[in-house]
Formats: sequence, C-alpha cells, structure tokens
Amino acid sequence: MQVRRFAALAALPVVTSLGLVACGQGGDEASESNPSAIVSIEIAEPQHLVPTNTNETSGSQVLAALFAPLVSYDEANKPVEDAAESISSTDNTVWTIKLKDGYTFHNNEKVTADSYINAWNYGAYAPNAQGNSYFFEKIAGYADLQSTDPDDDGPQKAPAPKANKLSGLAKVDDLTFTVTLSAPYVDFKTMLGYTAFYPLPAAAFSSEGVLAEGYEEAPIGNGAFKMNGTWQHDAKIEVAVYDGFPGEKPKIAGVEFRIYQQLTAAYADVQSDNLDVLRTIPTENITTAPTDLGDRYATSPASTFQFLAFPTFQPDFAKPEVRKAISMAIDRDEIIKSVFKNSQQSARSFVSPVVGGYREDTCGASCQFNAANAKTAYTAAGGPATIKISYNGDGGHKDWVDATCNQLKTNLGIQCTGVAEPKFADLLSKVEKKQDVGMFRMGWVMDYPSMENYLGPIFTTKGSSNYYGYSNPEFDALVAEGTKAADEEAAIAKYQAAEDILAVDMPVIPLRFGQNNFGYSTKVRNVDLDLFQRIDLHKIEAVS
Amino acid sequence: MIRYLVRRLLQGVLTFFGATFVVYALMFANQDNPLQALAGERPISENVRQALTERYHLDEPFIIQYGYYMQGLFQGDFGTSLTGREISELLENAWPNTARLAVMAVIFAALIGIVAGVVAGIRRASIFDHTTLIITLVLISIPIVVLAPLMQLFFGVELRWFPATAGANPTFYALMLPAMVLGAGSLATYSRLTRTSVVENLRADYVRTAKAKGLTRNRVIGVHVLRNSLIPVITYIGVDLGGLMAGAIVTEGVFNIPGVGSQLFRGITTEDGPLVVGFVSILVIIFILANLIVDLLYAVLDPRIRYE
Repeated sequence: MQVRRFAALAALPVVTSLGLVACGQGGDEASESNPSAIVSIEIAEPQHLVPTNTNETSGSQVLAALFAPLVSYDEANKPVEDAAESISSTDNTVWTIKLKDGYTFHNNEKVTADSYINAWNYGAYAPNAQGNSYFFEKIAGYADLQSTDPDDDGPQKAPAPKANKLSGLAKVDDLTFTVTLSAPYVDFKTMLGYTAFYPLPAAAFSSEGVLAEGYEEAPIGNGAFKMNGTWQHDAKIEVAVYDGFPGEKPKIAGVEFRIYQQLTAAYADVQSDNLDVLRTIPTENITTAPTDLGDRYATSPASTFQFLAFPTFQPDFAKPEVRKAISMAIDRDEIIKSVFKNSQQSARSFVSPVVGGYREDTCGASCQFNAANAKTAYTAAGGPATIKISYNGDGGHKDWVDATCNQLKTNLGIQCTGVAEPKFADLLSKVEKKQDVGMFRMGWVMDYPSMENYLGPIFTTKGSSNYYGYSNPEFDALVAEGTKAADEEAAIAKYQAAEDILAVDMPVIPLRFGQNNFGYSTKVRNVDLDLFQRIDLHKIEAVS
Repeated sequence: MIRYLVRRLLQGVLTFFGATFVVYALMFANQDNPLQALAGERPISENVRQALTERYHLDEPFIIQYGYYMQGLFQGDFGTSLTGREISELLENAWPNTARLAVMAVIFAALIGIVAGVVAGIRRASIFDHTTLIITLVLISIPIVVLAPLMQLFFGVELRWFPATAGANPTFYALMLPAMVLGAGSLATYSRLTRTSVVENLRADYVRTAKAKGLTRNRVIGVHVLRNSLIPVITYIGVDLGGLMAGAIVTEGVFNIPGVGSQLFRGITTEDGPLVVGFVSILVIIFILANLIVDLLYAVLDPRIRYE
C-alpha cells in the first residue's frame, strides 16, 4: 500500500500541471463594419522588423504599413515622390532630397533629415550586420564602414571599420539633405522606394548608432499605421491607423497581420472567411483556386524571373551554340500549361516585363521552341550526351525540372536527369566550389524596378548572384555606362544594348516570369498586390 | 522505491546529455551554410556574413559550439536562435500550445479508444466489434499528413463546424479538431490494445474466481478485468506521447498552431542548431518524465509489481 500511495503522489503533480496547461485562455473579437473595420492579412513570421535588416516579403509588408517611403511607384512602375517633396540631381552624383513638411513619427517626433541620415548610417555600418547594407554601397564613404578579416576566417577578429558615418550624407537643413554617390547613378531615385531607405526616429536608438533594445518589437515609423501593441511572435502583428499621418488616409481602421506557418492553413482560412487576404495561393491549390474562390482569386504581375543557368566554366557548356540549342529545345508554353496551370508566363527576355525598357523576345530565335533546329544545332556544336539539371528540392521545382528534362530527352536525343539538392544554399555552395552540378535553376526577385537590377547582379562579372562565371567585358562596360547615363532614357538604351549581348552569349536560359496569385475573403474589396508582393493598404476596403 | 526513482532520474540526465549531443552533432553535420539557409535565395553580403558568423560562433568546430551551448545552459541560458530571438522565450510560447494539444489528443483518444475497446472486448464478434475493427483499421491506415488536411477541408471549410485553423492562443473549441486528428491514430491503437487485453483477461482464472464468488458483472469487469487490461494500454500511452509530438509537426502546420512542432520544423529548415537542440532537449525531458510516470502508475494498477 505504501508504495502505491507514493507512486500516485509522485505522478499527481506532473499530471495536474499538464492538465492545468490544457485549460487556456480564449476570446475573439467581433467583426466590425466598414470603415472602422480591421482587415486580416496573411504573413509568415518576419525575420526582422528593422528597415535596414528586412528583406523578405512578410517583414516588408508590415514595414510598408508602418513607414512611408521617400518614393512610391506609379502604374508604369516609375518612381514618384511620396514622403519626399522632391528628389533631384543635376549630375546623378549629388542628389538633393527635400522632405515634405508635417510628417511625424508615431511618437510625435518630427521626421527630419537626421532621421534618414542616422538610419542609413546604421544600416551601412558593417558590424551591425544589416541584411540590406549593400543598398548603401553606392553612397560615398561606404567602403570606410566595412572591414575585412585579416586572415579571412578567424582566429583574428576583423578590426573595427575606419568610420561609422557615410561621408556622402550631409544635412542641409531640417527637411533637406544631400546624398553624394561615389559614382553617378541614374536609378538612385528608383532605389529609394526600397524598404532599406525608410527613416528611423531618435527613439529607435539607445545611443548614437546603437539600436534600442526592443525597438524591433514595436517599430515606430512615419507611415499611415502605427503599432497596436507589440509584435506577438508566431501569432500576429496588429497595426492601427495613425491619426497624425498627413498623407492619404487608409479606408480601414487597422490591419491584423496574422502569422501562418504554412500557406495551406491560410488558404483554408480564406476559404472559410476566417482570413481576409492571402498573398500567395499555395501551389497545391493553384488549380482549384479559381473555382474555390471565384472572382476573389486574383493575379497581378510580379517581378520574379526564373531561369536555368549554365556553369559556363565547364567545357561541356562553354559554347554559346550548345546553350542556345538547349534553349531552343525547351517548349516553355507547354510546361507552363501542364505544370504551372498558366499561373506564370513564358520568358523570352532577360529582364522582367515590369521594368521600364523591357522588350519582348530579346532572346530571339534561341528562345522559340523548334525541336528540329535544336537537334541539328546541338549535334553540330557537339553538345554533351548527358545533362544534369540541379535544383533545390525544398522549393517545389521537381515537376518542371523533370518536364524540362523530358523535353530535352525527346527533342535532343540525349540523357537528362533532374538532381535535387536539399536546399538552395547547398546548391549554391556546390556551384561556388565549381563542382559538377550540370545546369541549375536560379530565380531572381527585383529590389527596385530598373533593368539594372536584373542585369547588374545576375550577369555582370562581379554581380552578387552571378554564380555561373559569366563574364563579358563588353557587357559589363555597357551596364556601367548605363548606370552613369545622364537620364533614364539614355540609360535604358545602354541597358538594352547590354541585353542584346546576352542574347548572343546566352549565359542562362530564360524560362518564366512570375505572377502574383492571391485570394481574399468575402469581407474585403479593392485588394491589390504590388510588385513587391505587398498588399496596397491604402486601397483595400472592408465590406460592411 | 526512492532508489529506483533516483536511478531513473540519473538515467534521465545521461539520456539528456547523450541526446542533445547527438542532435547537435547531426545538426552540425548537416550544416552547410545556415546563414544562407536563413536568407533563402538571396545572396548575403560578405560583411554581414562575417559579423553573423562571429556572433554565432559558426566558424568554430562543432565541439566548441556545443561547449558554448552547454555553458549557457548551465547558466539557465538557452541561447538565441539565428534570428536573434531568445530560445527560452520561444519555448515558453510554444510549449503551452503543444501541451494542450497533446493532452487533449490523449484524453480524446484514451476516452473513446478505451471505451470502444472494452465494449468490443466484452461483446466479442458482435456487430459493434466488427464495426470498430473496420473503423480503427481505416484510422490506422490513413497517415496524419493526409488525414489532417482532409478533416480541415471537410469540417473546417465545407461544413464549418470548427474553425479551419486554430491560430495562436487557440480556444478549447478551436483545438478540438486538431486534437481529434492528432489523436486519431492513437485512438485506434488504444482501442485494439484494450480489446485484446480485455478478451484475454475475461478468460483469466481470477475472473472466473470472481464470478464464482458471486460478484456482480459490473464489479468483475470494472475492477478485475479493467484494471488489469489497462496495464498494456497505459504503457503504450506513455510511449505514444513521443509519437504525438512527432505528429504535432504535421498537425500544428496544417492548423496553424504555433507550437513545438512548427518551431522545430522551422529550425530544421533554417539549420538553426541552437533552436533545434533547445526544443529537442525539452522533448527528451518530456519523454523521460512520461515514461517515469508510466512506470510509477504500474505500481498503482498492479500490486504484484514492486520496485526495489
């Protein structure tokens, strides 16, 4: 008996504490009517909520509510002043930015030139390890804020950088500052619409150049919405209309950004009217979405560009003729129809249709499907008898890679296999070590609408995403000339000339341009998704 | 009994260190480039990579990383995830949800499973017995990755009996559907196990004796048959808790419950070593505790079992 009683006592506290945990809290708010309605929008857990450190779509969506950008983009994706009164330059090197008067942060602090200068200095300073620091690269003095590890990889630590302020930023008066670039750059104004260029209030810093602990939990911005409470990790982020906002007023009272682990869960919620806006329809549901949601399923152009890259350093793929023949053997439209159910568009150019200067079919005959010609050209150029296509297995790429491989098999009479790497990072590190991965899939999402944002990072010799060793001095020179051009038109002419070189060299095979596929509940209307996959919070309305 | 307890707890401590070590080693072996995994498909600039590598000791060998982790652990510091959040805070937010879900699933499964099993055992070869056999077979054969979205679509989206997802801070009602889904597989096993056990015990000598003594049928079944039949079931429930945690990775994802499963899933995909080890450590502790409770309950149920 003794033993039994003791055993029961020992087991009891654990069991009851588990039981207590099981009884939790609850409560749901009732739905309100238009225009005092709160709209719920799906996001994933943001990684960061500091402008200079946020570069994924969920975080940028939240920051877009909290901050007003210097420029926003019009219908044609051209930059127009938003929080800025004017942004001007005579030589594209020294830019003068005048701010609109009357903007305040949510803590009533006035938005001044310093708000921008401090925020950008913080973002550019290397030890702060901000994910968007490379956006400040073009500003004079950026190099002094960086430091290199003397022996490349531990044990010695990198010394502190020479300076902690960008020499290119100068305050003129409270509402004016100048930005001096290290070289002329025609698209600088376009860049300023990006998340990295939002201002920060003095309250964001605990001391000069040090971000205050906890700022990220409740960011204070200059936008139309202010935080309502703090960031509830893995649950939600709530924002409410900020009365002191001088710009265009939103037509809703606030937004609840609801955090989802999986898109399919959010999809189920939109279907059952539990959630108002889903920014991406999960791939599994793309075929049924038009019937499930009816006219509440919508699409809009996106900036994504999917392509197959050649490891040009490998002898097999060194000849442009081989690369063109492979491209010609791929029936893009067929794959889009059968695999993507027309949720993307065929790509036959090297930049996305969303940017100014885009021309159709710049790739020419090489991107037009022609099985017979492809085979002749391939045999003549002596292309390899077996090809691998590597892709990251976690991104849902298997289907189209296999379809592409099958086409190559049939049309070129070669062996082709799709090889899955667990993650994109694994694929990249193999490519960087120049291991034999065969052709590999790549994708690009733009940071700001400009041809340069495609041509520069993906194709120039020093481009940050040029993993395939493509290098053509003539191309590099044209892109560089474009950035230094006097105006947008002259720049585009140069960029287009550069793009024509790509059509000759064919370092990659353009495959598809993306499209936003989104859906919403019966409780909202005027839902619009921009090029950055952000819901336009000024347009959206709640149906009472 | 005390000696037994101490011995079990010491075993637990060993298991704890062994398990965290192995998990940490596995994470490290799998670790190619956690910063890139975190950034997704974007390139990371060299300066940022350097600063973060230093901050999280990513350039150190595995044993030193593990050392840093353990050192922190002894000071009550679970470390920070690669996104800069305190792991203790993540644990604090994630555990209540998962615990509630798992407890509800166990209660649901045990309640229905055991009752169905007992009835089926007593009325062997009846229609009820055959029906439960078929139902449990179906339940066991549908994997949770199929069952969860199916139930969500049917009861959440089409019929709207339950909310389609539970979300953070879910209500009891919102957790019902996920708990039923999570418990479905266990329910089937519990019921089969109980049935077999009951059938076996009904034929036992002591039951015949009890009947011969003239005890009522209720008392025979309630006290003599049931108590002895529950021993294998309770053992199984203890072990099954682990399976429920594994199932929670799927269920929490489908029903959007920010719990242990979803955090673990994210930690694994972003190669976030400290995050995964933190959660696994606690899972190990739960496992050890659950099995301890089961062993102790043996003694309650069966007086023949005595521990030295």
